[in-house]
Amino acid sequence: MIKVESVSKSFDGKHAVDDISFQANEKEILVLLGTSGCGKTTTLKMINRLIEADSGTILIDGKNIRDRKVEDLRMGIGFVMQNSGLFPHYTIRENIATVPNLLKWDKKKIEDRTHELLTKLNLSSDILTRFPSELSGGQQQRVGIARALIANSPILLMDEPFGALDNITKADIHSEFKSLEELKNKTIILVTHDVQEAFELGHRICLMDRGKIIQTGTPKEILYDPKNDFVKEFFSSNRLLLEYKTTILKDLQPFLGDFQLNLPEDSNVWNSLQELSLDSQKTEHYERLVKAFNEYRKRQIV
Amino acid sequence: MTQQSLWQFISDQHDKLLTQITQHLGLTFLSLFLAIIVGLPLGILIARKRKLSGSVLGIAGVLQTIPSIALLGFMIPAFGIGATPAIVALLIYALLPIIRNTYTGITGVNPAILEAAKAMGMNRKQLLFKVELPLAMPVIIAGIRTAAVINVGVATLASFVAAGGLGEFIFGGISLNNTNMILAGAIPAALLAVLLDKIIAVFQKFKYHDLEKLKYIIPAIFIVAGVVYFLTSKSESKIKAGFTPEFMGRQDGDLGLRSVYGLNANPKVVNDAVMYKAAYEGELDLISGYSTDGRIKAFDLYVLEDDKKIFPPYFAAPIIKTKTLVKFPELEKTLDLLAGKLNDSIMTDLNYKSDNLNQTPEKIAKDFLIKNNLYKVSNNGNSGTIRIGSKIFGEQYILGEMYKMLIEGYTNYRVETKTGLGGTKICFDALMNDAIDFYPEYTGTGLLVLLKTDEQTLSIVTKSAENTYQYVNSEFQKQYGIQWLKPLGFNNSYALMMRKKQAEELKIKTISDLKNYLNSK
Repeated sequence: MIKVESVSKSFDGKHAVDDISFQANEKEILVLLGTSGCGKTTTLKMINRLIEADSGTILIDGKNIRDRKVEDLRMGIGFVMQNSGLFPHYTIRENIATVPNLLKWDKKKIEDRTHELLTKLNLSSDILTRFPSELSGGQQQRVGIARALIANSPILLMDEPFGALDNITKADIHSEFKSLEELKNKTIILVTHDVQEAFELGHRICLMDRGKIIQTGTPKEILYDPKNDFVKEFFSSNRLLLEYKTTILKDLQPFLGDFQLNLPEDSNVWNSLQELSLDSQKTEHYERLVKAFNEYRKRQIV
Repeated sequence: MTQQSLWQFISDQHDKLLTQITQHLGLTFLSLFLAIIVGLPLGILIARKRKLSGSVLGIAGVLQTIPSIALLGFMIPAFGIGATPAIVALLIYALLPIIRNTYTGITGVNPAILEAAKAMGMNRKQLLFKVELPLAMPVIIAGIRTAAVINVGVATLASFVAAGGLGEFIFGGISLNNTNMILAGAIPAALLAVLLDKIIAVFQKFKYHDLEKLKYIIPAIFIVAGVVYFLTSKSESKIKAGFTPEFMGRQDGDLGLRSVYGLNANPKVVNDAVMYKAAYEGELDLISGYSTDGRIKAFDLYVLEDDKKIFPPYFAAPIIKTKTLVKFPELEKTLDLLAGKLNDSIMTDLNYKSDNLNQTPEKIAKDFLIKNNLYKVSNNGNSGTIRIGSKIFGEQYILGEMYKMLIEGYTNYRVETKTGLGGTKICFDALMNDAIDFYPEYTGTGLLVLLKTDEQTLSIVTKSAENTYQYVNSEFQKQYGIQWLKPLGFNNSYALMMRKKQAEELKIKTISDLKNYLNSK
């Protein structure tokens, strides 16, 4: 659990982060969302002390991060960055093993853990002897995630981890990411400016603007119960899409009656519609689903 | 000067050449190694503390701009002569590229990579050795490459301070008018530079991992090169001898000492500008010099008696092309104003004023002319320009100034002086190519260096100074269309000298005494 209490940071007298407080719970993905310059990356980097906070306290499992040696703190926190941040002079094997090597794990343990992660992240072990520049962007990003996961740290910080990927690769990695067992027990804070990504991955979202947190809540809360006009405005351009994506079939149960769609009840409306639209036999299913969603929506907005 | 004779020279002298190449490489590697030891940490330091970078790079840059000869000059009072001043000077030249490239390399590492490394929990040491240095390595090696090439070039000057190297051939060849000798030094030096550059370039392309495997091999190469250097340059003699490159190759020099006296002094090659001081300070015990040199008096040196007469006396006189005398009809009688006005003791005294009292050649020349009622104020004439050359030592500067004042005072010609033209070859070639009109030369040099007279003729024409003068004058006119004007009056000859105190202690008065002393035990 990460607790951030009244933390501020200024650069050259300008507030980058202004007295913010939030909490990321265990087994939760908390997304810091905002436009560039809103202070979300600064906030993230203060947690592993890449940037030192000017004031306020940050607690991890109740312990102040300033009470620990900075290197030890960082070795206990997985960090994934944009453009992977892999070391260009290290092979993929060495890149993944960076932290275990610092921790002086024995070779067998490192090798076993590396192969375990490669399998989970759908990477071939052929790449181990290659250098980062020989890999595609998607592969690099997966290696970056493997590097952050290898030491089993309970906390993972991710700074725009998928920002440099094309949309198709991004969608693939998103779905892999969500199904990755390794991540289910971690406290994860993910920084992004991509609204869809935030809604796709986040259990809760902190919407930030000009160094302050405007609203924190689940995707549904933020969408249907915006705290002010800024929040409403922020999502206006892809609002409908987000609604389709945040609503799951289970939510629509009361409006579907006993009509059977034969789809898993935790899949979202958007994906279900996609699937139904591919099959000309299922036009009726499609229409029923749209209708149910519209009714559900009416209730939410009131 | 055909290619074949160059090969002949090289095959005749291959022992010397090999020694010189080894010494050259030894000097280069050793200084480069030290420069890396000093420069790399400095580069890292200023990359960490950027505030220092301006001043450190500034100082290294200023050191770099000091002309190499001057730098060697500065080194002598502090380090004497031999390998130490040469290595220190080379080290200084190698420093800037190494420091600058280390700094540039480290500061050029992508900040995102550094942030990733920090976020993984690396401490400063790990960051440096695992990330910054490996990533900066190609840039650092490029700096070492530059430094190596600079050092191969500058190491040719090491022969000025008796540190050996290919400069012995290059500067010997210039003094002795021996093109093959120059090429035998210059070509290997150039090849070494190219070769080192290419070899280091290979390392530059290596992946960091391959470099790590080499990290013990490379220092080993440097150290072996250093050890070999000291082995080859160690002299086993009881007496430390240092001779000028010109003396080394002349019949009335080291060659004569070996053939006539059977004396092998195992000499090092040293520049005459530093030789006297080195003898005075005990860095050398035996040196070759000129009998009229002012420093003999100043440094209390003792001239060994030449009991087998291998150093015949020679006249000094201006040499000039006949066609120049025709072009400037006033010139000959003006130059002759100085003829016979100087004798050995006057010339020694004038040299003493220059070398030890640090008077300028202008003042010495003017004082002398005034004293002899020869001085006239310059006419500021402009009916043609006479270019006077001089070699790079005090006596020649003084004579050059005297001629300048005479020509400006007695004629309407203008004078341009081109002083400090290195050795005999440079001066003579300048004269032949009409880059200068005349310069003072010595009949002995004309006989032995320029004409390359065979031994039989030598034994006839060196019977007296006058004979020599007649012979070189007629030969020069025949071969080059150059005349020797009337001699200045002083005799200059080579001489061997020691510190007076040491000579007395060892009871050495003649060169034969010296030989007996060296052969005893």
